[in-house]
Amino acid sequence: MSLLSPVIAVVLTAVVGAALFAALGKDPLSALQVFFLEPFHGTRALTELALKSTPLILIALGLALCYRSNVWNIGAEGQFLMGAIGGGGLALWVTTEAIPMSPWAFFPLVIVAGALAGAAWAGVVALLRDRFNANEILTSLMLVYVANYFLSWLVFGPWKDPDGFNFPQTVSFASQTELPRVIRGMRLHWGSAVALLAAGGMWLFLFRTFAGIQLQVGGPAPAAARYAGFSSHAAIWTTLLTSGALAGVAGAFEVAGPMGQLTPHVSTGYGFTAIIVAFVGRLHPLGCILGSGVLSMFLIGGELAQSRIGLPSALSGVFQGVLLLSLLACDTLIHYRPRWSGTR
Amino acid sequence: MNDLALLVAATLAAGTPLALAGMGLLVNERAGVLNLGAEGLMLVAAVAGFATGFTTGSELLALIAGAAAGAIGAAIYGWLVIWLNTNQYATGLAVSLFGSGFSAFVGIGFVGKKLEENPVTGVPLLRDLPVLGVALFRQHWTIYGAVALAGGVAWFLYRTRGGLILRSIGESPSAAHALGYPVRRIRLVAVVVGGALCGLAGAYLSVIYTPLWVEGMVAGRGWIALALTTFATWRPARMLFGAYLFGGVTMLQLYLQAAGVQVPPEFMSMLPYLATVLVLVIISRNPLWIRLNMPASLGKTFFPGS
Repeated sequence: MSLLSPVIAVVLTAVVGAALFAALGKDPLSALQVFFLEPFHGTRALTELALKSTPLILIALGLALCYRSNVWNIGAEGQFLMGAIGGGGLALWVTTEAIPMSPWAFFPLVIVAGALAGAAWAGVVALLRDRFNANEILTSLMLVYVANYFLSWLVFGPWKDPDGFNFPQTVSFASQTELPRVIRGMRLHWGSAVALLAAGGMWLFLFRTFAGIQLQVGGPAPAAARYAGFSSHAAIWTTLLTSGALAGVAGAFEVAGPMGQLTPHVSTGYGFTAIIVAFVGRLHPLGCILGSGVLSMFLIGGELAQSRIGLPSALSGVFQGVLLLSLLACDTLIHYRPRWSGTR
Repeated sequence: MNDLALLVAATLAAGTPLALAGMGLLVNERAGVLNLGAEGLMLVAAVAGFATGFTTGSELLALIAGAAAGAIGAAIYGWLVIWLNTNQYATGLAVSLFGSGFSAFVGIGFVGKKLEENPVTGVPLLRDLPVLGVALFRQHWTIYGAVALAGGVAWFLYRTRGGLILRSIGESPSAAHALGYPVRRIRLVAVVVGGALCGLAGAYLSVIYTPLWVEGMVAGRGWIALALTTFATWRPARMLFGAYLFGGVTMLQLYLQAAGVQVPPEFMSMLPYLATVLVLVIISRNPLWIRLNMPASLGKTFFPGS
């Protein structure tokens, strides 16, 4: 039954969307078609959908692990940005030093750079939580703003393209740093395969290893976990470092893949959208893949709505919020039978 | 001397939204509800306040509209967490995400618009005092309102029966329920009042402080206000102190920049966020201290009769 509520929530979101379109004086049916059908129309659209899903899957996998073990990392956006800085820095170095290498040799290197940078940023949160008992919700979120300003400083300052007419961006990276494409002429890169592999790995870890079970006991039953001797310190470090690394890889892929350079606008809120992906996907690796499809559909739908029917792309943000709110409400209404009674 | 007076004045103006939102969140948390949606409520209220101010030209109506928007958003949140027993963390996050999307969407028509500036009158007579006048008494009335609010909240929490009941619900909802208090209704009222105060803070930002609408203009103040409740160990007077301390950090950054200190502006802008992390670390270092002060049922759902 709990698998039903994401479906109901998507339907509810579509209904709210239709009402919103009607209120804005647009034909609801054709507007919904732009949002829900166009992103699936044709090979190019499908590859773009998969491209947008890639960072969402990677980040959501890490967040699902965190939330299952009751570690509330909501700063994946910052870890993503640090990964983008790590991957972008490596690509910039290869570009300026003109190091000859094949893109296939660069591919694993950029993964490592992104993962290390993202994990380091999440490691700060883990250290503050473990050593100083500081609430990880607030520290991880504060570090998003810090990461954002750090990225701004880099691209406005030391890493700025000297011939870029003072635009806040790095030089365009050399061709050897470009992620290998799956299909010639499309932007979809092999990083998507890495995301799927990561989902498989996460499934094995969560449901087929003892360490995975230990983490998940700590979520719903911290007292039981303590009694069984499962370390809560280990849980904090494992979950945060893993989710930071995954978000960092997502950031590195975004820079070395579709962007090809570092700008202040590397992320369009992937770290926050992925929170919704994780919940819509029921904190399950397979669900994260499906959920990322739905959310990237909203992201692309928002862009299309802007170009086709002149609606602001911020609309996809509204849809994301409505989706998560209705999902949470559906969960309760599916599991409980509401009755009117005198209890106050 | 006059520079210092101006710095104090700017600090008061910058700290007020934190004080207002923080006081609202403090009331929420004293009743046992942790509202992570503060940032989203403030954003929705900021755009609602700006839109009202822009169309009616009335500052007072704009602030009321902001408070109402915050209250409505908080009522939806409260209904979900109190009656549908949804997870408070996840629901609060959802409200924050919805608020940032919704405010960006609604606010598009108001980007780049400007409100008519109302001259600030300040306190008559006192405003003409030499240094103190500039520092303290030439402010918008909401700032004095925020200070009065802190006094009011402190009086309510510690000197009235209602405050005692509110605090008892935060400590042990089941005991309060057993005594016959309508736990869920009182919690909902606390959440709505808290949301209205967050809304007032959001509207203050877009109507009085900037006064402009920019997407995402709350810039984490909702989250900082949440951190301040821990910093204040859930006490109104300390909340007021914390809010103006953070207002000072924000202003210090501008002053250092103006004084020509050679640090890139991006690093200066990190200061309030880094300060929040630092404060959390210092205050939470001792888990026992936090556990003694935190409302015991904070963040936990309550089923009546279980």
